[in-house]
Amino acid sequence: MNLVRMLAVGTWLHVKQLSRSPFEIATSILIPLVQATLAVYLFRASPQPQALLGAAVGAGLMGVWSSVLFGSGGAIQRHRWEGTLEVLLLAPRRPALVILPFTFATAVTGAYSIMATLLWGRLLYGIRLTFADPVGFVVAVPVCVLSLGMFGLLLASTFVLMRNANALTNALEYPIWLLSGMLIPITALPGWTGPIAAVLPTTWGSRAVRAAATGGDVWPLLAVCLAISLVCLVLGALALSYVERRARVAATLALS
Amino acid sequence: MVLGGPYAQPVRGRGTGVRSREAGLAIEAKGLRRVYRNRTGWLRPRRTQVEAVRGVDLTVRRGELFGLLGPNGAGKTTTIKMLNTLLVPTAGTARVCGFDVVGDTMQVRRRIGYVFGGDRGLYDRLTALDNLRYFAELYGVPHRDQRRRIGELLELVGLTGRERERVEGYSRGMRQRLHIARGLLHSPELLFLDEPSIGVDPVGARELRRTVANLAATGTTVLLTTHYMAEADELCSRIAVIADGRIRALGTPAELRRYAEGRRVVEVEAYGVDDGHLAAIRRLPGVRDCAVEERGAGQVLTVQSDTGRDVQPEVLRVLSGLRLGRVSTREPTLEDAYVAIVSESSAPSSTVDLPETVGVAP
Repeated sequence: MNLVRMLAVGTWLHVKQLSRSPFEIATSILIPLVQATLAVYLFRASPQPQALLGAAVGAGLMGVWSSVLFGSGGAIQRHRWEGTLEVLLLAPRRPALVILPFTFATAVTGAYSIMATLLWGRLLYGIRLTFADPVGFVVAVPVCVLSLGMFGLLLASTFVLMRNANALTNALEYPIWLLSGMLIPITALPGWTGPIAAVLPTTWGSRAVRAAATGGDVWPLLAVCLAISLVCLVLGALALSYVERRARVAATLALS
Repeated sequence: MVLGGPYAQPVRGRGTGVRSREAGLAIEAKGLRRVYRNRTGWLRPRRTQVEAVRGVDLTVRRGELFGLLGPNGAGKTTTIKMLNTLLVPTAGTARVCGFDVVGDTMQVRRRIGYVFGGDRGLYDRLTALDNLRYFAELYGVPHRDQRRRIGELLELVGLTGRERERVEGYSRGMRQRLHIARGLLHSPELLFLDEPSIGVDPVGARELRRTVANLAATGTTVLLTTHYMAEADELCSRIAVIADGRIRALGTPAELRRYAEGRRVVEVEAYGVDDGHLAAIRRLPGVRDCAVEERGAGQVLTVQSDTGRDVQPEVLRVLSGLRLGRVSTREPTLEDAYVAIVSESSAPSSTVDLPETVGVAP
């Protein structure tokens, strides 16, 4: 119970900290609106009635992914710059438990994107927000956000091991959008991308949310998404413990 | 107000850790060394290494307020970071509250608090209350005790009434006091204060000193590093002077002052003193050391000499041609003793001349 409360309080306070940054707000809301606009123009010719709703949801998921990728991927570096990394890691907790609230928070602030793109689509393009499985949608979005938060821990721990993680971060944004089927169906991609997409929690989370919005079986997709994310959580926790030990040996926890 | 350690876990019996606790030692370090290794360049990598701490032996008793003094780059922060588990020592051993800093990191972390100087290390866009609440959760302060504990600490550091303001609007002194409150949330047995008064105005620094003195009075062991001699003199029961990675002298402030015995100090207010002047003054017979400090638009030159020798005329002769202000002679202070220790230890192949009663670490 104490652990759950610590994670919840930590996530909430990090969400507050991130939500008070004009830069974070702009990237979480404005950029997905541009992406939603592009998506609507791409899909408006589709004969399928739910195509526009799918496009708006997809654009929102792209925003969640961007937030997790840049926020969680740079979590260690950000805390190092803010001078909070040392005091966080001095807490008598496993390193993963200290960083996890922050990666959850990046996913939660990314969820602003979904709300923004749905509202944008409704107000500007008159998209009807009629979800095929409303209950499924209400469950799928938070589960997808939670899963991406866990995936974020793996990003946080592995990116810090790489000197040129920033370049890698940029390079991963668009391919994951495509591979996960956030914008266009995976079936439209070459066959060799299938195995890669299958191990990404973003693929299953995205499919679950789209299924809830436009039709399909939500729950198995969500279960797979959650299972892959839990594996990422374990791998991330192990990697982070290794990173923390290595940083204490190499003296890289602080800037000075 | 209780500042003891109600949240500390029961002590496990572990080898020499138990002996340290029984001996009443909060810190026991032996032969502590730390080497920083750097690599630059990819095609032709160049490796450098710096030995920041070169074999520190140190013991701090429980309840003691212990000072670690030294110039920039002397190894103060590195020593503290090895003791608080943020750095793994290259060699040597250290036990904090009876636990090994490498093998028992969680046990050590439950018992210590760490406060460092400067603006960073807080969540600026959150309020002080949010910051304290988050760290209370992280440090395992039971939920039922958090409100009371945070209230006590806000009172202790004088931030009651300002706790709902965002930290980004705080002055440096207020941030520093919030740092201290955060470091005390889990009622640590031992508090590391790494230059807490750096950049704090004189009034803020005085309040900080009062807070630190209160902590020690209630039984918290404090290891304080500082540049400010007056701060160390006022607060610390014992002081270790560290220079070039080694502890050069260790004793009470009164004992350390004896390093400057047999000296007199000439102070000259001047404008335009340069390295050439300093070198010429150092060559004068009877001069033990000299240093110049910028103060506003001018400088204050401090010359330490043997008591039996009046060097003032020769010093003024070296400075002829410069615009001079007040010239005075005075008895040496703790600061002069500190300068004597540091400058003698940094002299090539020098050995520090130690008074017999002063304890010395290698």
